[in-house]
This record gives sequence, C-alpha cells and structure tokens, in this order.
Amino acid sequence: MTELLPFLKELISAPGLSGYEDPLFRIIEAKWRPLVDEVGRGKLGSLHGLRRATRKASRDAKQAASVMVVAHMDAIGLMVTDIVEGFLHVTSVGGVDPRILPGQQVTIQASGSEGPRTLAGVVAQPPSRLLPPETGDGPLALEHLLVDTGLPSSRVAEWVRVGDVVSFAQPPVELSGETLAGHSLDDRACVAALTACLEELQTRPHTWDVWAVASTQEETGLKGASTSAYEIHPTMAIAVDVTFAKGPGSSDWNTFPLDKGPTILIGPNIHPALHKAMQTLADRLEIPYTLEYTPTNSGTDGLATQTTREGIPTLVMGLPLRYMHTPVELVAVKDIERLGRLLAEFISSLAPDFIEKIVWDE
Amino acid sequence: MPVSPASQLKLIERLCNACAVSGDEGEVRQIVLEAIKGFVDEVKVDALGNVLATKRAAASKAGAKRVRKLPRVMLSAHMDEVGFMLVGDDSGGLFRFETVGGMDLRQLPGKAVLVGRDHIPGVIGARPIHLTTAEERRRTIPLDALRIDVGPGSPKVKLGDRVAYATRFQRSGPALISKALDNRLGVAVLIELLRNPPTNVDLLAGFTVQEEIGLAGARVAGYALAPDLAIAVDSTPANDLPRWDSLESEYYNTRLGQGPAIYIADGATFSDPRLVRWLAQAGDAAGIPYQFRQPGGGGTDAGGIHRSRAGVPSVSVSVPHRYSHTAASIALLEDWKNTLALLKAALERLSASLLAKERS
Repeated sequence: MTELLPFLKELISAPGLSGYEDPLFRIIEAKWRPLVDEVGRGKLGSLHGLRRATRKASRDAKQAASVMVVAHMDAIGLMVTDIVEGFLHVTSVGGVDPRILPGQQVTIQASGSEGPRTLAGVVAQPPSRLLPPETGDGPLALEHLLVDTGLPSSRVAEWVRVGDVVSFAQPPVELSGETLAGHSLDDRACVAALTACLEELQTRPHTWDVWAVASTQEETGLKGASTSAYEIHPTMAIAVDVTFAKGPGSSDWNTFPLDKGPTILIGPNIHPALHKAMQTLADRLEIPYTLEYTPTNSGTDGLATQTTREGIPTLVMGLPLRYMHTPVELVAVKDIERLGRLLAEFISSLAPDFIEKIVWDE
Repeated sequence: MPVSPASQLKLIERLCNACAVSGDEGEVRQIVLEAIKGFVDEVKVDALGNVLATKRAAASKAGAKRVRKLPRVMLSAHMDEVGFMLVGDDSGGLFRFETVGGMDLRQLPGKAVLVGRDHIPGVIGARPIHLTTAEERRRTIPLDALRIDVGPGSPKVKLGDRVAYATRFQRSGPALISKALDNRLGVAVLIELLRNPPTNVDLLAGFTVQEEIGLAGARVAGYALAPDLAIAVDSTPANDLPRWDSLESEYYNTRLGQGPAIYIADGATFSDPRLVRWLAQAGDAAGIPYQFRQPGGGGTDAGGIHRSRAGVPSVSVSVPHRYSHTAASIALLEDWKNTLALLKAALERLSASLLAKERS
C-alpha cells in the first residue's frame, strides 16, 4: 500500500467547495485510475471508479452484484456576494459557524475579467465602531465579516466577481500521535480511506463489482451521492463519512474516541443485516471499532443512497474527527487505515448471493 | 552600505516567522543580535532581555569637531508579540491556556499554533457547529471552553510553554500577510537604520521586551540609555474598513497606503509637539508620505520611555496594519519602506536647536 498521508495532505491542500469540486476530481482521478478498470463522471460531477469482480459468481451468472462505496469530496467554505471598496462580502457554502471565521486565512478562486487566478485573503472582523451599535462584543454575523486581500480596490474589482468561491487556506498540520489537522478532512479523510480500500483490493479476490464514488455537493444536500446511486444502480451501498470525535466541548453520547477505530452506524439509514455482517467481520478480524447510534437520519450520503430508486440496502461507516467544520479538523491516521482495510475485507467477504439471502431478523 | 529590497523582505519574513511571546523574546533577540553584529559600536542584553545597542555618528568617530552637539536619540522597537501560555494539562495532548497581551477571544477558534521553543504544532479547535445550539452561537466561545490540542502522542510540550500563532509570512501583491507584524515591522525598521545609519547623529537603539503586557522593557531601556529624545517605532491598527451602513468612517485610526503614522497623543503619551513638527517637516521636505494617527487610546514604548529619569521628550511612529493581535495581519510593504525613509530623513536633518525651541 502506498503512503496514505502524502495523498491525504494533497487532498486537503486543494480547494473544492460543494459544486466546485473539479480540483479534487483531478487529484482523485489520477490516484484511482491505476486501481480501477473504468473511470467515469456523474452528471453532477461525482467521480465513479469501477473495479470489476475478480472472479465470476458462477458460470451462468450474467452480471455480478455491485457495491457502491461513497465518500464525498466537496468541502464547506464561502462565496462572494458583494464587493465594497475592495473588501468582499461573503455567504457560506455548507454549514459554517461564523464564530470560527475571524482571522482565518482563505483562498479566493477569482474569475474576474482578467481570467482565473488564485488570491490570498484574510477574514476580517471589522472594529466594533464600524458595526451597528447593537452588535456589542459578541460574535459577528456572517453579513458583517469581510474578506480582505490587501490588494488595491481597483485590482479587486477587476479580478474578483460575485459568485467566486472562497476556501480555507489552513495548510495541513501533522500533530503528535500520528494525527493530522487541516481543513476539509470532512470528508477527504474518507476519500483517503476509500483509496486505501481500493489498494487493498488489488491483492484480494472479490465476486462483487466495486464502484468507488467520490461524491459532490454532500454538504449542500447529498446531491452527488443521490444522482450517482441512481446512475450506478448498485446492489448495495456503503457511505463513509466523518463523525464527531471526543475532544474539547465534545464528550456526549454522540461522540467517539479518536484513534480507536471507525464507527459502525446503527439507525434508520442502515440496513440491520449489513450492520450485523460488518460488526461480525470487525470482531473476527479484531479491527477496533465503536458502535454509533443515530436515532434518526444520519445526515450522510447514506440517506441519499438508501432512498434512491426502489431503495438500496445501505451501510454507513464513520471516521471520528475533532473540530468538524473548522479549518483545523483533526483525525488519527490509523483510523483511516483501519477503515480502509475493514471496507476491503468486507467487500471481499461478500458472497455473490449475500443480498438475496438476507432475512429480516424479527 | 547599500541594502537590497530583497534582503529587507527576507529580514521581515524571518522576524515575522519567529516566535517571541512577551516574556520569552529569545528567538527575535537572536535574530536582532545577529543582524546588527558588526554594525554597532556597543551592544548588550540587559536584565530584562532588552537589546541595547549604540551606533555613534560617523562624523564623531572621524574626530570632526562638531560645532553644536546633537541630541542623543533613542529609537525603540518592541520585539515581543501577543500569544498564549499553557497553564493546565488535561492529558491526552489537550492543554488549557491563557492569553498573553491584548487578545480578542473571537479571533482564537480554528487556528494553528506553535508551542514552546521547539515549535511543536498544535491547534485551537471549536465544538462542531452541528453540536451547538442557536443560543450558543450568539455568544463568544469563552476561553475556558477552548484547548490547545497538540495530538495524543507525547510531544515535548510542558506547562509554562509560550504559544504563538503558526501563520507563515506571505506576500499578496503589494501586501504582507503575517502574524506579529506588530511589531516585527518596527524591529526591521530599527535594524535597517542601524545597518545603514544617518551619519550625523548618535543612535541609541532599544529592542525591547514585554511591551504588550505593560512597557516594562521600555521603562528600563529608557533609563539605561538616558537619551535626550526618543522615538518609539511600532505598528498601529488601520481600521480603514467600510462601515456596515456605508457612511464615511470617522474611526479609521490610520489608513494603509498613506505612509507612516505619526502620533500626537495615545493612551499612554502626549508626543512632544516639537518632535511631531520635526517629523512632519522632514516628510514634507523629502516628499515622503505620512499620516497622523487619530488621537486615541493604545500605547507604545514611548509611554515607558517619556517618564524615565527626569523625563524624555518622545514621539511614536508606526507602520499601519490591519487586524492587529490576530493570526493574520495585513500591511503594505510601501508603508514600511516609507517609515524607514521618514525616520532616516528626519534624523539626517536633526538640529541641535530642536529641543531648544518652544514646545508649542
């Protein structure tokens, strides 16, 4: 298996907001192309990699069953809504707490009259005297924050257009205990896990076709996973997304230990038989995991795949991550490796008639 | 000695990327000592960690008999920056911390930091938005809810370590984006003045400590150097952003691109009016842009120096910059160059009679 960390650092050093995932598509496609038999692109931009079954289910089987494993490549960020005296007003793309924005370094994908260019910027919190008196010392609403490039206003007017996307510029930071911090680890850490899974599958037989999907627009409504699941029409789907790791301010029942393996979700989006099969396998392989209880919708691509067409049996796996939706999201690299291995083991363990043999346990 | 713009920029970059939180200024002190070595006649590090250097006028060294003795000029620039200190160990690589210097708590969440002398990386996270309530999001995240996270391994960090923002210096067109522009810009001006000094005047340079927590360094440096007049070279906020209601702002303090900011009055010092006039006239005569900082709060090393011993006529000159005391400030290189040029021009036209004039 090639080194996971350099690839992941490359993934989180690129922009690629929801709806603008092209930079990520190119990076992931280059990585996956040698690992799959076919590469395609969904109509909403998702990357589809097909790795065919390595052996036929039986002599008379026309078509192998297929599993779609999906991680989203899009990221949250900002978008320019107005330009005033060289300063940019912005709105959010995806769920952004404005309280983490002041002082952030950002990258503007400028597309003005002079053609595309990348500009550095800083999210400015204007001094209180320039704000409505009722603002006080509290956190500023997004409408009052500005992005400053330090460039003359005439330049900004030429180079930047309303609608240009603004992504976090925080470089990846390697921390102790084999942990990595940076922006957009949600969900590119799981793209890395999916890549590790494809690498594992190079040396493992599997009777199922595997569709690896890097989906788009998850943060803005699970759009890519939904449309890709329709187009691919898999027999089964596995969504892999980050979940809340225990850490400062996060210790409740819905948070999970860092570096203690992935989570296996239980809840309405997850087919109980798939959950059971995954848990049994993890136990047998002694790969550490935590059970994650989602009383209602999981908020992941799994909701989209489950409800596509006539319904697709779906499994959701989680990767514990601290400080979600900040530019310093933090994951344990070992958890990514464990998740990748578990996915590969699960796929290669699938019997050709696994789905037909499912019985409801009631 | 001619100084290339490239080497000036390299110096600023190196100074900005160094970590020197108030009380632990060693990293910048080392850069200063190295940069001025061979360019000054005397240099020492005092009891608090200030670097005190003397550069005598070329004219006096040549033995030329000066008709009138020029005032002894102290130039001061503080080396320290705002930051944090680790004060509590929650185990697992998570630390409680306190702020050092004036910090707006709203600027802290979601930043990368460097801990201790080995620059161990860490981050200040925040609770995921998904787990917050609307009510919670209306309030600033309190300091005691934040932690510095260096990862669950066993990195070499310990309580008492200073912590600085991890932001790396970068250029954006004419602008500089960095942490600690306050006051590495002033330190760089002072270094350049010592390396390429005016020939007529003795310079007493104080690279000071602990400005951000109360001017302790400046106070003792002013006493030790005992100058006739003093100039604090600092960095001051430019609040030249648009107002929310698009009306013209009266609270800009200074503006980027309009040159060095000369102080008339701040929260700590009334500048000596003769020094204000002298600086402005030097700028007018040499065609160097300058601006007057709006009188108001805040303070510089001048606040410590002007009341040392029997009193020292003092003034401050600052490089304007936006987003002071945050992870990423913005300044214009042009303003820095003009600050250096204005001070050089003013020192070169310094006359023995300056302080003999009426104050106003």
